[in-house]
Amino acid sequence: MSRLTMTRRGLLKAGAASGVALAAPLSFVRGAYAEDFCNMPTGSSVTLGFNVPQSGPYADEGADELRAYQLATKHLNGEGDGGLLNTFSSKALKGNGILGKKVEFVTGDTQTKSDAARASAKRMIEKDGAIMITGGSSSGVAVAVQGLCQEMGVIFMAGLTHSNDTTGKDKRRYGFRHFFNAYQSGLALGPILADELGKDRTAYHLTADYNWGWTQEESIKDATEGLGWQTANAVRTPLGAGDFSQYLTPVLNSGADVLILNHYGKDMVNSLTQAVQFGMREKQVNGKDFQIVVPLFSRLMAQGAGENIKGILGTTNWNWSLQDEGSKAFVKSFGQEYGFPPSQAAQTCYVQALLYADACERAGTFYPPEVIKALEGFEFDGMGNGETLYRAADHQCFKEVLVVKGNENPQSQFDLLEVVKIVPREQVTYDASIFGGDLGPADAKTC
Amino acid sequence: MKQMLNREPFALAAFSLVILLMPIWLTPFGANYPDLLQKFAIFAIFAMGFNILFGLTGYLSFGHAAFLGVGSYAAVWSFKLFTMNVLPAIVFGVAFAGIFALAIGYVSLRRSGIYFSILTLAFAQMSYNLAYSVLTPITNGETGLQLTLQDPRIIDNAFSTPGAGLPETNLFGIDMSGYPGFYFCAVVLIICFFITRRIFNSPFGLTLRGVKSNQNRMGYTGINTRPYTLAAFVISGMFAGLAGSLLAVTDPLAGAERMQWTASGEVVLMTILGGVGTLVGPMLGAWLIKYLENIFSSFNENTLEHFFSFLPEGLQAIAVDVSSLFVGEGWHLTLGVLFMLIVIFLPGGLMEGWRRLLRRFSGGGGGKSEPAVAVQPAE
Amino acid sequence: MDAIFLQLLNGLDKGGAYALIALGLTLVFGTLGVVNFAHGALFMLGAFCAVTFNKLLSLEKVVVDETQQTAWGTPLEVRTPYIESWFGEFGSFLLNYSVPVSILIAIPVMLLIGIVMERGLIKHFYKRPHADQILVTFGLAIVLQEVIKHYFGANPIPQAAPAAVAGSADIGAWLGLGDGLVYPWWRLVYFGFSAFVIAAVFAFLQFTTYGMVVRAGMRDSETVGLLGINIQKRFTVVFGIAAVVAGLAGVMYTPILPPDYHMGMDFLVLSFVVVVVGGMGSLPGAVLAGFLLGILQSFASMNAVMSIFPGINQIIIYLVAVVILLTMPRGLLGREGVMEE
Repeated sequence: MSRLTMTRRGLLKAGAASGVALAAPLSFVRGAYAEDFCNMPTGSSVTLGFNVPQSGPYADEGADELRAYQLATKHLNGEGDGGLLNTFSSKALKGNGILGKKVEFVTGDTQTKSDAARASAKRMIEKDGAIMITGGSSSGVAVAVQGLCQEMGVIFMAGLTHSNDTTGKDKRRYGFRHFFNAYQSGLALGPILADELGKDRTAYHLTADYNWGWTQEESIKDATEGLGWQTANAVRTPLGAGDFSQYLTPVLNSGADVLILNHYGKDMVNSLTQAVQFGMREKQVNGKDFQIVVPLFSRLMAQGAGENIKGILGTTNWNWSLQDEGSKAFVKSFGQEYGFPPSQAAQTCYVQALLYADACERAGTFYPPEVIKALEGFEFDGMGNGETLYRAADHQCFKEVLVVKGNENPQSQFDLLEVVKIVPREQVTYDASIFGGDLGPADAKTC
Repeated sequence: MKQMLNREPFALAAFSLVILLMPIWLTPFGANYPDLLQKFAIFAIFAMGFNILFGLTGYLSFGHAAFLGVGSYAAVWSFKLFTMNVLPAIVFGVAFAGIFALAIGYVSLRRSGIYFSILTLAFAQMSYNLAYSVLTPITNGETGLQLTLQDPRIIDNAFSTPGAGLPETNLFGIDMSGYPGFYFCAVVLIICFFITRRIFNSPFGLTLRGVKSNQNRMGYTGINTRPYTLAAFVISGMFAGLAGSLLAVTDPLAGAERMQWTASGEVVLMTILGGVGTLVGPMLGAWLIKYLENIFSSFNENTLEHFFSFLPEGLQAIAVDVSSLFVGEGWHLTLGVLFMLIVIFLPGGLMEGWRRLLRRFSGGGGGKSEPAVAVQPAE
Repeated sequence: MDAIFLQLLNGLDKGGAYALIALGLTLVFGTLGVVNFAHGALFMLGAFCAVTFNKLLSLEKVVVDETQQTAWGTPLEVRTPYIESWFGEFGSFLLNYSVPVSILIAIPVMLLIGIVMERGLIKHFYKRPHADQILVTFGLAIVLQEVIKHYFGANPIPQAAPAAVAGSADIGAWLGLGDGLVYPWWRLVYFGFSAFVIAAVFAFLQFTTYGMVVRAGMRDSETVGLLGINIQKRFTVVFGIAAVVAGLAGVMYTPILPPDYHMGMDFLVLSFVVVVVGGMGSLPGAVLAGFLLGILQSFASMNAVMSIFPGINQIIIYLVAVVILLTMPRGLLGREGVMEE
């Protein structure tokens, strides 16, 4: 219905299936378009698959990701002001598409559910001929789609995913993550917490009761206990609890003087709003001001917490207020296109799309094993996060991490976060072996 | 009754033909790719099984997704522990779902009406919440249970050395992804259709219908209805388990969301949308919902512009603006509107529409080709 | 000791919210016999009455300042709220109290929505099978949700409580229980409000002639109809009241839970559980069940309990529902013959 004109593939399939009986077309169809690898682009264009949440709690984040991808497509095809192509350290991209083929895209709704995300990715691969899948706004989805892409031999450039597992125990040869992770959040946040709050603190964790929450809790705990902090308690809260009062009241008399909220999205908005209502920002414990820390901040979601985020510390992958050339160029072209600044989700997605295109150009082919080689160990700059390395051992990007604070005097409705420190890359680099996992083979697949 | 059975080979042949030719007749709808075809077959089984309980006995379970989830988990564990062959996985999936259904059904069927619905809902929600959190060692929580290179797979590994990558599910050597996966699911669907039809027309089915129309009266005639309803509950739970294991067969990953109440609600909606108590209605409902979810959500402005390119520029822009509300991120809106329109204008679901069409064209008499049995209202 | 007291308070607060949300549902579902899956959407619409009112109040005059530029190179927009430039002090006062004041707006709006819904749609479904009611109300709920999402986006929109009740009350000092026993003012307000609304609905049904007829009609609409009373009209009013109660619950909940388009669905299952555990057709049952579930949920989340039964906080509501429904055939206070077929 989307295209009434029949594709070559649909025609072949239909013709084959109606010509021969039922079992025969299987082998026939396969033979009919024997190709070197899954969805090898043969025409004058190449199709990318943008798989973002369009319904459910992260729909706004998904919409922003999609805006970024559309912008990236424009820039790759040589339209608009070129955006980050001008500041990117690699000059392989010419603004004439990828390897001379015009970039087209298909979109899908992950619904922030593993099943729906995989179904959507499969549609893009099986029906629309997407050669690369990218996007998403949760780690569960990223790991699920990454696994699928490994099986199908299609490269996956993860969107917003913060769990250690994505490039840790669930890492895949075909999956790449530009976004930072919970472990890096801990490494970056720890020293700042010590500077700002002192070394003699007792923390109380409220943690979303699922994989991402646990990895973040563990990472932050390691980092803070390394500084000499105590951990009073770490309590697991059900995902989507809504009302957190029963978890917040025990904090008041626990002797803890820092509350760490390992929540994201709606859970973060609700638990933070309610914690502030419980007077935790005016409280004094052990002669110190009580503090709240939100290790993973997202400006888009922070809007939902309104005034309550003021002065609260956390980390973020990128913020539009950064003043390096890459960030400025991106904010300019995104802002002119849409009238407001991009979110961190938009930035990571835009960069991922460009990095894939650039890797294809440098490899000189779309053949995934070669593209993977081009991405592995790739060093680049000018994308807004300083000098960055795509580490070969786990496909995690190593770059600067921002420690931010809720802005006390916002200049506009977008000016919610204030950068406290840009933590250098060396400080958030860790040994790839600590999380285990196995990338698996890079063999190309046919589909 | 006899007549019905005599028509059986014909109905079965017609049904099989429609199912197996799906890759061809779904081409103009843009739905002829393996994943969606597999989902069509699998959710048809799920809805058909749900209808054995709801359509025949009138007991509305609001926790059927739990059995689907259990089936998926059992199947993936079979892949992880024993072999990538799909048959043991399906056997495990169906068996575990059956046992689970027996336990939940035994308890829940002590109540009827809304109290029964809430009991099933409560059990399913407990399963979901636990699977997402504290049962993570068994279910792998949010990420979903998936295959890894470290899996023991004792049977497979006893006969061959594993390759470098993850193995694929197979049926004695035939990979179960892509079109072979669909044809496998389609054959299972046809078998399920056959079984369901037999159940609908059997004395057992008649007893279940009796439960629906008046349980007390059934009691007065000396029939203890509980074993019958429990049997229906377990059978329909096993269908759900089968559907769950097929989901794992075509894509070896099992996520906890499969058990959430929204998933249970979805199969209820599929069944009502298609026509409660009809043989093929629930299947049609499942297809409609899955089609909207997968195809409507994929349209974006580019596709729409392309679609309306025959219009003059101004009109094209208006058409794109209006229709973009209903596709892409607005696909839920289409779903909601469609639910309302169908239930307002076609009480009895899609099958009612089909019957009306037949009546219009054949002047009153029901269509011969219709494989469904007589319909009764839901309650 | 303090911890237990605080959890009790949490439980009462939560229970008040649950009871209030379930109250409207039990009117429609437990007594009119309509399975209303759009009830959560009514709750959500109420919350968005508050959001809309706040948005209207904070409409801003936009002046483009050509001399300054944003980071992306367009002229900076200087925004001043109209309300402050027009009404000065009173404007800021209104903005501060926008949540409680929007109750005044939510009542007529929700009444209208409820009546239109009943007259236009639900009325035709009284005699239809429950399955049809589920489908049509679920469809309606999705449509309402999507409309809100279209206009307000998917992110939560924060609503501040009035400054006077934004902080915490020092209950410890009042009760002589020592320091550190604080509780948010707004939650106390919410509790008082829900108690008031519940009492008002009860009084209406119990002590007015109108309410008496409605109650009679719920038991046996045919006989009441034979007496020459237009019971249909009264059912419309009941539905309207249910919508208002759900809406008010939503309005007052916004400072605790920043509203988004999906919040109705999040509470839908819970409100059905509360109504059924309370017993079909029983208003006191629903209120009792609300408080019971709220209190048990709070206690189940205590660290001491969770360390003995890991994950108990995840399932407590459903576990309690199962236990109650298995020991009491019709929930806590259910009437015979309602929705048991």
